[in-house]
Amino acid sequence: MNDTRYMARSAAIASRPLGDETMVMSAASSTLFTLDEIATLLWESADGVTPLDEIVRNKICARYDIPPDVALRDAENFIQQLAGHGILLISDKPLAAANSSPRETR
Amino acid sequence: MSALAAEMAAKALQMGIPLSVQLDLTYRCNERCVHCYLDHRDHGEMATAEILDLLDQMAAAGVFYLTISGGEIMMRKDFFEILEHARARTFCVKLKTNGVLIRAAQAERIHALGVQSVQISIYSHRPEVHDAVTKMPGSLRQSIRAARLLRERGVQVIFANVLMRQNVRDYSGVKALAAGLGAQFILDPTITPMMDGDRSILDLNVDEAALREVFRNEALVGNAEEFCAPPQGPDADALDSLPCSAGHTACYVSPYGDVYPCVQFPLPSGNVRSVKFADIWRHSPQLNEVRSITLRDMPACSQCTHGGTCTRCPGLAYLEGNMRGPSYQDCEKSFARTGIASENLKSKKASSQPFPSSQLIQIQCLPPAEAIFNAGTPPESAANA
Ligand code: SF4
Ligand code: SF4
Repeated sequence: MNDTRYMARSAAIASRPLGDETMVMSAASSTLFTLDEIATLLWESADGVTPLDEIVRNKICARYDIPPDVALRDAENFIQQLAGHGILLISDKPLAAANSSPRETR
Repeated sequence: MSALAAEMAAKALQMGIPLSVQLDLTYRCNERCVHCYLDHRDHGEMATAEILDLLDQMAAAGVFYLTISGGEIMMRKDFFEILEHARARTFCVKLKTNGVLIRAAQAERIHALGVQSVQISIYSHRPEVHDAVTKMPGSLRQSIRAARLLRERGVQVIFANVLMRQNVRDYSGVKALAAGLGAQFILDPTITPMMDGDRSILDLNVDEAALREVFRNEALVGNAEEFCAPPQGPDADALDSLPCSAGHTACYVSPYGDVYPCVQFPLPSGNVRSVKFADIWRHSPQLNEVRSITLRDMPACSQCTHGGTCTRCPGLAYLEGNMRGPSYQDCEKSFARTGIASENLKSKKASSQPFPSSQLIQIQCLPPAEAIFNAGTPPESAANA
């Protein structure tokens, strides 16, 4: 079984960093989300082509003292939640990222 | 505003971030509404490249909520190019339009671009009333068509109903029309002066009795008893509170690049054609002056029994000649709500001419940018810059 996950930000969202958090608004439901520092790292890395486990290893575990299996499990839960709200797309194959990274505009 | 949105606004205020901007693309319009405060001419609108660059600057400055308005936004041939750029910069975009130029293809693009909401001006559910306000035969039919096309694609639509003498009995009809289309409804009971200070259109404002009726309509205000409760007078917290978001977390940019604290607060604060948006936001003396004002600094309003609950608009006060002063229209609203007249309302009513024309603020040209932002710079370093 292939456990590799890819994730991309939906095109139907608005987002902007605010300090160390990120605001995300869903156009479909007008729901506002805020992502904390770690969630923001995942969000910014959701380019559709980098596997989730690689993102967790290079962006989360390299910066925070979190065991890789715990970090991956939390990340899986987190991206499932965002996918449930339609603001993140998840696939077992690479996806095209819908929007440029919010940080790219800074 | 949700608790989370309020939390984000508080954080933006603390960090000095311009969380929301209204950008008017043009003052040109295909309608000629009787209450409109704009002149409908093109005095040198920003070119496409200037607007795209401004959007980049605003994204970098942290702007999240972007309201694109006019005039009629679709009068600009580059409207979709601008909208695409705004969405590529991940702004949360709200459009304000009369909808007349939105057909299926435009509705499809607006949907595909992930626009948050489209606000359409609807003055009445009756064509003879709406079209008389817009002075455009067939405009109600076309605006409703736009709303329907957008709703069919799942785009949020808001009907904005400006209340005036012409349509004073029709807001329930507009509200029902909105509900039938799955659109939201907002009622604005205030006609504002022209941007050049001309107050003649204020005659279109509804009278006190009609305003009182609106404020007691529970379908509009929720709990009317609470909404119309007698004021308690401002407490210490209220005295230290900020009047509104204008200049604090929000500002307005005109089609000519002029920056103001708010679309309803025409205090010239800089122009993005000569100074970067972020520099205007941070260093404009005008915006910094607006930011320095709390209720405590307003001689009349801080003493007024309505001070803690009034919807006083500093922009309207500025248009009356003093941004620290009361706003007559808000005094009227506070009276219509509670039945208690402010001292300002009593004295203005006692005088036959509340606003002598000499008091009116006209839109002024700014001095050159260097004069504003380099005021403290010695001449030699300015010359070397
Ligand atoms: S109160 Fe007036 S100046 Fe303040 S945001 Fe509202 S309209 Fe603008
Ligand atoms: S009622 Fe008039 S004087 Fe009193 S707070 Fe409101 S604007 Fe100021």
